[in-house]
Amino acid sequence: MRIDCPLCGARDRREFSVLGDAAMAVRPEVGADTQTWSDWLHLRDNTAGRLRELWYHEGGCAAWLVVERDTVSHAVHGVSLVGASDAD
Amino acid sequence: MRIEGRGRVDRGTPLRFRFDGREMEGFGGDTLASALMGAGVGVVGRSFKYHRPRGVLTDGSAEPNALVTIGDEPNIRATMQPLFHGLQAVSQNRWPSLGFDLMAVNDLAAPFLGAGFYYKTFMWPQRFWERLYEPMIRRAAGLGALSGKPPEEHYETAFAFCDLLVIGAGPAGLMAALTAAQAGAEVILCDEDAAPGGRLLAEVEDVGGVAGHLWAAGMAERLRGLGVRVMPRTTVTGAYDQGTYGALEQVVPAGVHPGGAPRECFWRIAARRAVLCTGALERPIAFRDNDRPGVMLAGALRAYVNRWGVAPGRRVAVFGNNDDAHRTARDAAAAGLKVVALVDSRPDAVNLAGDVPFMPGWQVTQAIGRGGLRAIRLAGPGGRGRMLEVDGLGVSGGWNPSVHLTSHMGARPVWDPGLAAFVPSEAAVPGMSVAGSARGRMGTAACLRDGAERGVEAAGELGLRASMPDLPEAGDDLLRLRALWAVPGKGRAWVDFQNDVTVKDVRQAASEGYGTVEHMKRYTTQGMATDQGKSSNVVALALLAQATGRDIPGTGTTTFRPPFVPVSIAAMGAGGRGKRFAPERRTTTDALSRAMGAPMIEAGLWYRSAYFPREGETTWRQACDREVRMVRQTVGVCEVSTLGKIAVSGPEAGRFLDLVYTNTMSTLAEGRVRYGLMLREDGHVMDDGTVSRLSAHDFLLTTTTAAAGQVMRHLDFVQQAYAPRMALRLVSVTEHWAQFAVAGPLARGVVDGLLDAPMGDLPFMGCRAVTVGGVGARLFRISFSGELGFEIAVPARYGESLFRALLGRAEALGGGAYGLEALNVLRIEKGFLTHAEMHGRVTAFDLGMHRMIAPGKDCIGKALASRPGLVAEDREMLVGLWVAGDRAPLAGAHLFAEGASPVSENDQGYVTSACWSPTLEQWLALGFLKNGRARQGERLRMVDHLRRLDVACNVAEAVAFDPDGGRMRG
Amino acid sequence: MVDLIASDPWAGLLPVQAGAARLEAVDPGPLALLAPWPRAEEAMNAALRAAHGPGFPAPGRIETSGAARAIWFGRGQALLAGVVPDPSLRAHGLVEDQSDGWVVARLTGDGALDVLARLVPVDLRRLGPKGVVRTMLGHMNVAILGTSGGVEILAFRSMAGTLAHEIADAMRAVAGRAALG
Repeated sequence: MRIDCPLCGARDRREFSVLGDAAMAVRPEVGADTQTWSDWLHLRDNTAGRLRELWYHEGGCAAWLVVERDTVSHAVHGVSLVGASDAD
Repeated sequence: MRIEGRGRVDRGTPLRFRFDGREMEGFGGDTLASALMGAGVGVVGRSFKYHRPRGVLTDGSAEPNALVTIGDEPNIRATMQPLFHGLQAVSQNRWPSLGFDLMAVNDLAAPFLGAGFYYKTFMWPQRFWERLYEPMIRRAAGLGALSGKPPEEHYETAFAFCDLLVIGAGPAGLMAALTAAQAGAEVILCDEDAAPGGRLLAEVEDVGGVAGHLWAAGMAERLRGLGVRVMPRTTVTGAYDQGTYGALEQVVPAGVHPGGAPRECFWRIAARRAVLCTGALERPIAFRDNDRPGVMLAGALRAYVNRWGVAPGRRVAVFGNNDDAHRTARDAAAAGLKVVALVDSRPDAVNLAGDVPFMPGWQVTQAIGRGGLRAIRLAGPGGRGRMLEVDGLGVSGGWNPSVHLTSHMGARPVWDPGLAAFVPSEAAVPGMSVAGSARGRMGTAACLRDGAERGVEAAGELGLRASMPDLPEAGDDLLRLRALWAVPGKGRAWVDFQNDVTVKDVRQAASEGYGTVEHMKRYTTQGMATDQGKSSNVVALALLAQATGRDIPGTGTTTFRPPFVPVSIAAMGAGGRGKRFAPERRTTTDALSRAMGAPMIEAGLWYRSAYFPREGETTWRQACDREVRMVRQTVGVCEVSTLGKIAVSGPEAGRFLDLVYTNTMSTLAEGRVRYGLMLREDGHVMDDGTVSRLSAHDFLLTTTTAAAGQVMRHLDFVQQAYAPRMALRLVSVTEHWAQFAVAGPLARGVVDGLLDAPMGDLPFMGCRAVTVGGVGARLFRISFSGELGFEIAVPARYGESLFRALLGRAEALGGGAYGLEALNVLRIEKGFLTHAEMHGRVTAFDLGMHRMIAPGKDCIGKALASRPGLVAEDREMLVGLWVAGDRAPLAGAHLFAEGASPVSENDQGYVTSACWSPTLEQWLALGFLKNGRARQGERLRMVDHLRRLDVACNVAEAVAFDPDGGRMRG
Repeated sequence: MVDLIASDPWAGLLPVQAGAARLEAVDPGPLALLAPWPRAEEAMNAALRAAHGPGFPAPGRIETSGAARAIWFGRGQALLAGVVPDPSLRAHGLVEDQSDGWVVARLTGDGALDVLARLVPVDLRRLGPKGVVRTMLGHMNVAILGTSGGVEILAFRSMAGTLAHEIADAMRAVAGRAALG
């Protein structure tokens, strides 16, 4: 599997590690109740289809990426930098 | 036997080789299979289950029978093994010898060994399974044997990149590569064989006015001139996501001394586009005893005649259901062999082989000759029968396009009734197209055109302009056939040669209800051998369809998975052998420590000194106990460079640290150090460490050695995802600084003597920039031992030098170096924690550190740490444990109430760390106990069933020694 | 007053020669990791240019001016090599001494790219003399710089031994293949 890092170009999967669903990229509001926090951390849709995931380019530029991937066909539909700014 | 004047072997270079100890001769260009055939050897192995004598079936990669062991390598296909002078090969799966194999008794027991017999046998009596049946089966099972030794040869893996990967260098592949290369694409061309040409190497036919093999060789040269990377002896084994392909290259054949070269190389190729030109594989027809040595595929028989100039015997026959088989009869006759009959099952077939006895509408019903074919029995129209004396029989049931790679990503091939074979489905692998016989174009001219067209198409997709080249002249025969899978009759007829599966087995599976192809495969084991059913899948499927009254598309097909051919683990895992499995991380004092006799412990990828034995010490305990006393009484020096060190800098660095630590770091004063706890978002402890504030904007974090990578990943994530606009940046500085702990009552003198300026009153938990011999360094007053302690860091190039200087001063005061064993004892005595306690399932509450979660601010993990279940009274809480008597407490032992039976229902907790405390002259442990904080003084039972430990212990405070900490604070 | 002696991370490991390829030690001079705060990227770029010559490099690029090289080193990061970083840079971002954190080796010779093909999952033919990639070499995090005549490889100091051994093994394997003819 190859992932197109926006900074480094297409790279072998070995250079990356995966964290999980991209929902992790935005924390619940401070003061949200425990159930909200727990759902955010633990509940996931098990989609047969497109999924947005967080990947870390650990063996490369150390950028965190949002990768949109189809879990059935394995096609990668988009890769973007987490927290991207104009300078990226 | 050898045929004079035939084949392209080099008769000028005779090569001596041994098979089963017998010395024989072959020639340069022979494979082991062709050399054996040339030397008159018909039996090359014994079949897997029934131990029937077997000969060569094919001329190439799909060979199921001729598996031999060369040197330490088992299961080498003799058809793929190049002959060399001095080759020594032995046959497999027979005892005591190929000629006399006692296990052939299985053949007599055949009625009891049919499909699925192991689901119905070896069950009674049950106790016989472990003692008798399993060892028996284990001895009998398997093909070939492993030597049990690590391989002497070197293997490698490598990466390659290209615009276009062309898989197969037959007519289609050569044209695809040419077209794309001429358009400017970067091309890699792989082929399993040593020479390019595919089927052209086996056939008597011209391409572009020259012999096919010469045309192919010329093309390969031309391609190299265009910059194409031609990779012979390289099998593309699998298609993976995003244009990644695996390929196995035979760099040096088995048995040849490789010098410095690797035996095999496993390639990972990243290709923007690919064209699959893998051709087609012939399939047999099943009839009674069709597995006799001397019966082979018709295309293979003529390959042996044309390419290698050998034949199984002087008298041959051909049996097929298609026009292509006629070429075998034609070529055999032209080579001077006696073609006894060309048998075509189609009554309306036309003889294309010239002047040979032609028997249309007949079928071969039996092969006779257990040790080698002697005769065949035939049946013809009107119930007629005949018997013919032959030494060799070529059989052809048709050709299967090699679609395997197209289904590696889940697509299923499509049945083509005209071809009576499966062809690839469209767009089965993104970025890969298929050309030539691999998609059912069977004539040479058709393949040349198809390959060129696919090359043009691929080049276009790469953004290059390609044009159709001139196509060389070539023959273009249609493959006309009429399906025939099995000849009716009594006796066993073989479908899967390698796993010994017969027509009867397939039908039996259907009759027992295993009527889907997936069930039939697993019940009969058809297609599950190392040849992956290359010659048997379609035949078995057709028989299953007949037996269940369905058509073939309705019966389906099993999916192919990588690898296309067996890949040795040595090749796929090359680079991971022995110490190569992971990098070694060595501190700057590693060499010196080893020279001092310190045994080294692996801590992740790092090597750390365990202890520094002195003269007269024979056990680790002696050294460890001495080092502990030394630190408590004088001074010790310890290498602590391996702990993670992360620099966090910026105007908002403090605010960031408040988010990742439970306690407040933004209020930390310059020049001070604070112990911090980091949680995971689920409220459990991730790591602990210290934060030092070096200046207004500069913080330095430490992590445990084990968690350094995980913490860095976590901080990078928090910064990029949660704090991208916050003015701070972070970087690991673990490698840049060498760092040493100096601990003990005399520590200050040791350190001060090396500083350019004395440290003055550096407070406990303070930090300062200092210089040592003019070199910028950092000094921290922190303690993991509980004694007066410092850590001093210098740039790593000075690490060894500083360590020597510290040691010199320490030894002069009666102290010295100490290692991990003593470090661990010292911290256990003080109730300080490592990942033995912070093992991923404990919370701050469990550790008694819940007050470290600052109430006035958010932090990662705060919300979920407050879940009722994580602060419940009956949670297992950190406690100290004192054990009386001689037995050592053990980490991993469990705790029970005194008098309670030591079973899971009564489990009260467990031990995480244990040691002999020289300071207290007492066995000590740390562990977790249900509601432990309320059970001080309670007597418990500590039990470890595996290591037979059962001792009494008392619950105590985790801090066993100097609970007020006066020794380190003073 | 103590006299601290610097040790050579490559002692006993380099140089290595096998076939046409050669691996030798490089002293890169001072190294510092630069990482500008958010919204201070332009200011860091200007300060870097003013103080040392090169600007802050774009991903995959090396900017050079005199002895100073600014090497792209990761998301929002550059490694300044060859000069001690000017204090003015600290106003715009993190500036951390990394002089002893990384070791540098140069691989030259005809088979150099073939050698690295055994270890590096990136196509280095595209690197060019002003290019840099952050990638893996075997299981190690490295930076690989194109230079004229070969490549420079930066690895963790603690892994110097592994780096030398892995590359030497690959060099011998490539040389062994070449000897097969």
